[in-house]
Amino acid sequence: MTLLWIPLLSLIGSVISSCTGKLTRNQSTSLTMLTPLCALAIAIYHTPAVLAGETIRFTTQWIPALGMELAFRLDGLSLLFIFMILGIGLLVIFYTRYYLSNNDSMPKLYCYLMLFMTAMLGIVMSNNVIQLWLFWELTSISSFLLISFWWHKSEARKGARMALAVTGAGGLALLGGLLLLGDIVGSYDLDVILASKTLIQSHDLYEVALVLVLLGAFTKSAQFPFHFWLPHAMAAPTPVSAYLHSATMVKAGIFLLARFYPALAGTDIWFILVAMTGLTTLLVGAYIALFKHDLKGLLAYSTISHLGLITLLLGLDTELATVAAIFHIINHATFKASLFMATGILDHETGTRDMRKLNGMWRFMPYTATLAMVAAAAMAGVPLLNGFLSKEMFFAETLHQQILGSMSWLIPVLATLAAAFSVAYSARFIHDVFFNGDPINLPKTPHEPPRYMRVPIEILVVLCLLVGMFPSFVVDGILSAASLAVLGEAAPQFKLSIWHGFNLPLLMSAMAVVGGVFIYIQRKHLFKFQASLPPLNAKKTFERFLYVIIKWSQAKISSTENGSLQRYIVVMLGVVLLCAGWPLFEMNALAGSAPRTPIDFHNAIGAGLMIIGAISTVIWHRSRVVSLLMISIVGLMVSVAFTRFSAPDLALTQLTVEVVTVILLMLALFFLPQRTPKESSSLRILRDLGIASAVGVVIASICYALLTRPLESISDFFIANAKTGGGGTNVVNVILVDFRGFDTLGEITVLGIAALGIYKVLTNLPLFMPASDSEGRPWARERHPLLLASISQSLLPLALLVSAYIFLRGHNLPGGGFIAGLVTAIAFILQYMAHGSIWISERFDVNYRKIIASGIAIAMLTGLGSWAFGRPFLTTWFEYFDVPFIGKVELASAIVFDLGVYMTVVGATLMILASLGKLTADTPKKEVNI
Amino acid sequence: MELLYASCVGVLVTCGVYLILRARTFPVVLGLTMLSYAVNLFLFSAGRLTINKAAVLGTGTDYADPLPQALVLTAIVIGFAMTAFVVILAIRGRADLGNDHVDGHLGKAEHKEHK
Repeated sequence: MTLLWIPLLSLIGSVISSCTGKLTRNQSTSLTMLTPLCALAIAIYHTPAVLAGETIRFTTQWIPALGMELAFRLDGLSLLFIFMILGIGLLVIFYTRYYLSNNDSMPKLYCYLMLFMTAMLGIVMSNNVIQLWLFWELTSISSFLLISFWWHKSEARKGARMALAVTGAGGLALLGGLLLLGDIVGSYDLDVILASKTLIQSHDLYEVALVLVLLGAFTKSAQFPFHFWLPHAMAAPTPVSAYLHSATMVKAGIFLLARFYPALAGTDIWFILVAMTGLTTLLVGAYIALFKHDLKGLLAYSTISHLGLITLLLGLDTELATVAAIFHIINHATFKASLFMATGILDHETGTRDMRKLNGMWRFMPYTATLAMVAAAAMAGVPLLNGFLSKEMFFAETLHQQILGSMSWLIPVLATLAAAFSVAYSARFIHDVFFNGDPINLPKTPHEPPRYMRVPIEILVVLCLLVGMFPSFVVDGILSAASLAVLGEAAPQFKLSIWHGFNLPLLMSAMAVVGGVFIYIQRKHLFKFQASLPPLNAKKTFERFLYVIIKWSQAKISSTENGSLQRYIVVMLGVVLLCAGWPLFEMNALAGSAPRTPIDFHNAIGAGLMIIGAISTVIWHRSRVVSLLMISIVGLMVSVAFTRFSAPDLALTQLTVEVVTVILLMLALFFLPQRTPKESSSLRILRDLGIASAVGVVIASICYALLTRPLESISDFFIANAKTGGGGTNVVNVILVDFRGFDTLGEITVLGIAALGIYKVLTNLPLFMPASDSEGRPWARERHPLLLASISQSLLPLALLVSAYIFLRGHNLPGGGFIAGLVTAIAFILQYMAHGSIWISERFDVNYRKIIASGIAIAMLTGLGSWAFGRPFLTTWFEYFDVPFIGKVELASAIVFDLGVYMTVVGATLMILASLGKLTADTPKKEVNI
Repeated sequence: MELLYASCVGVLVTCGVYLILRARTFPVVLGLTMLSYAVNLFLFSAGRLTINKAAVLGTGTDYADPLPQALVLTAIVIGFAMTAFVVILAIRGRADLGNDHVDGHLGKAEHKEHK
């Protein structure tokens, strides 16, 4: 359980720090440092057990349905990284307090930093690969936020986007690799995967999985050729760079290599891919770093180079090389973080990071200079400093490998060359900045920074010295534990000491130092040579690449999606034809075995009218009023068909909806042109007719096939239980309010949403009041005919009575909430038509939105009510009572539910029509309430 | 009877599809209405055609299938809500764009028609 608290505390810290905006800088910093300190205490508490070789695990349920668990582990490797993440994280937080100016939001940066810390802790502690990947992605996102912290600068935005694009793409590859691994092993549990080395490596997909995982690791650790994002990420504030590029972000890729070492390493392809990538990165980074005039640029390429070194070590096929890799992870984190912080101080106190201007700083800030020089010497691998030890081990291991066969001797030679360049750029860092004459045109007069700004650097530099001088005493324990986690039983015994005697590695070190100093002295020639090379701008190339991709996809999109809705519909119909029509050709006979019903006279007439109505609608569709009249014939015939085929409820619903629809469309025609212009070419008409007929034929065939097959229905259950279970004899209504009441609840909700949407669309409608129809005939002057007005008023009570009757009998006879609601709505619409909305609102001021809301609420509460009786949602309750003079009366909770349906239908229908109708009124004197 | 019923559905689908392929909003709304008639009839036919067997208990021994009826009943109401929404969108589009073309481009041709 305590394990979970390590990332959790950091996450809580992220929330806490974001709330410290009102506090002073010191308070904000101390509050932010609180939770990482607690997390560090937990880690320290577990340290003895981990150093003894134990692996602590914690697992809890997360998404049981997917078999996902929240699983954490703490072994030597995790512990090492936790110390780095939390330790350097704390120093960075402290340092930020002095670095950030008053114009920047400190809580925001702290919040992002802590979020990033959480993600990193999650990666190193995950015991489930999917969970690991989630945290991995979280580092990409939070590092995006961190790099783009100065979002007003274009280079920060571009740098952040580039980092996100590269590491995000790598993350996708990693996901693929992890899924493959999980598939091969049959579990996403890290323990299982790490224990299945032979199973994974003998699988056919091993190479694919390996390459995908390596892509993830290499993009994150900025390995060649994906290294280009890292220098651009230097647009971030320096504390962020110090954190991301020394101990965390880029080390995540290294961590991944080390974590999966037990499962994936040991094959030739691993050694070739990892070692060659590492070697190339080591050389390229070290070479370019020398030519960077920007201090952070130099450090960025030096970081790339050191990451290459670690990767190369992980790719060498000896156990001691892996130990050296882990050792160098620690060393690089300490000296690189302190160098970044020193650069931050220089930038802060002089206003520039350009080494062509920064000279002779020794005189202005001797103390900071000393610290930076010690750290830079550690980077160069000077004896008595930690960098020397791991470099020495590195040289020794390059001599013991055979990965290139007879050409293996190349590796130590190239390693020495890279080390020489490393000495050269370290020398440049020291000599160019702190000596080498006087400063040139500095924006500020340099001086020593605030006392406490140096504290983090002091701590790190002391660490460099301690590790360098007493290695076995300081790092032996954690290094052994971490090696055990990576190598398992094969972890070698090693002895860290400063002096190994005169041997080949020492000679290589000496050659590197001498060579490096020589390169630095001769740098003028190299710089000239470098300047004569064609310039290569990674950012420009990357952006051009993006631009080409975006252009290409835009072209593809605009060729398929040209904005013509007609075309989209044609495509959709084509798909429908293909999917629905194809299976018809595979059927042997369309007609089934069920007995046919004979055609009678009435049906024939009804069908004939329906067909005539439909075809007339199409023929006269350009004369809109006529086509509306024609389509209403179709609607009428549909309701007749429902009556004929034993569906009285449907017939009533269809009839009432038909009335409302026709009124609505009539109203709509007031605002729309009355005629459709002739636009379609004959060819277009022919094409559309062809498509329409094809769809019609397919649907008719399916319908016929369906109708002529015997019926097997689940409805017997409803018929058998309607009376006993639902308390009603009208089975259709019982289904609506009881058996499938949840559907009905959803449907009235949709109705309500549609009505509200319409209300919203019609508010602030730019009003245009056509004075005449499209043919220039003025609209009737008499707005509210007297005859209609008087008849409608007397009709209202009658209509309400009918709707009440239909509502009450609905449970047992055709009727119910839907139909009653529509009848009520029609009665009111008639009043609107006869008197206008102002007249109505003066007498009947109702807010329809409230009616809709209460309708849905009533229906919902009725459903919830059954919980009070320990029944499932929407269970009907009913009982029969004897009422004097009336007789036996049934009371059912379903009728309350139906009341909710009724109110929603009334509210929605009236709101739709009244919203539209209101617009036709002459500029209303007061707002009409709808 | 089944053949006639299926043909009616087919004709309604054909007319509906033809109308929704038009370029102006009002015919498209009519087409959608027509298509919802057809769809409702089609769904209803899943319960087969029965005469004088309304699913009201106590009126006979054997009843029409009530389930498709219940589904179609809500479909009719939802269909109305959809038609209403589309027609209001059409009005809004006309008011904002000055024409009633389905693609919603700002047109100038008919701008003066209703002044």
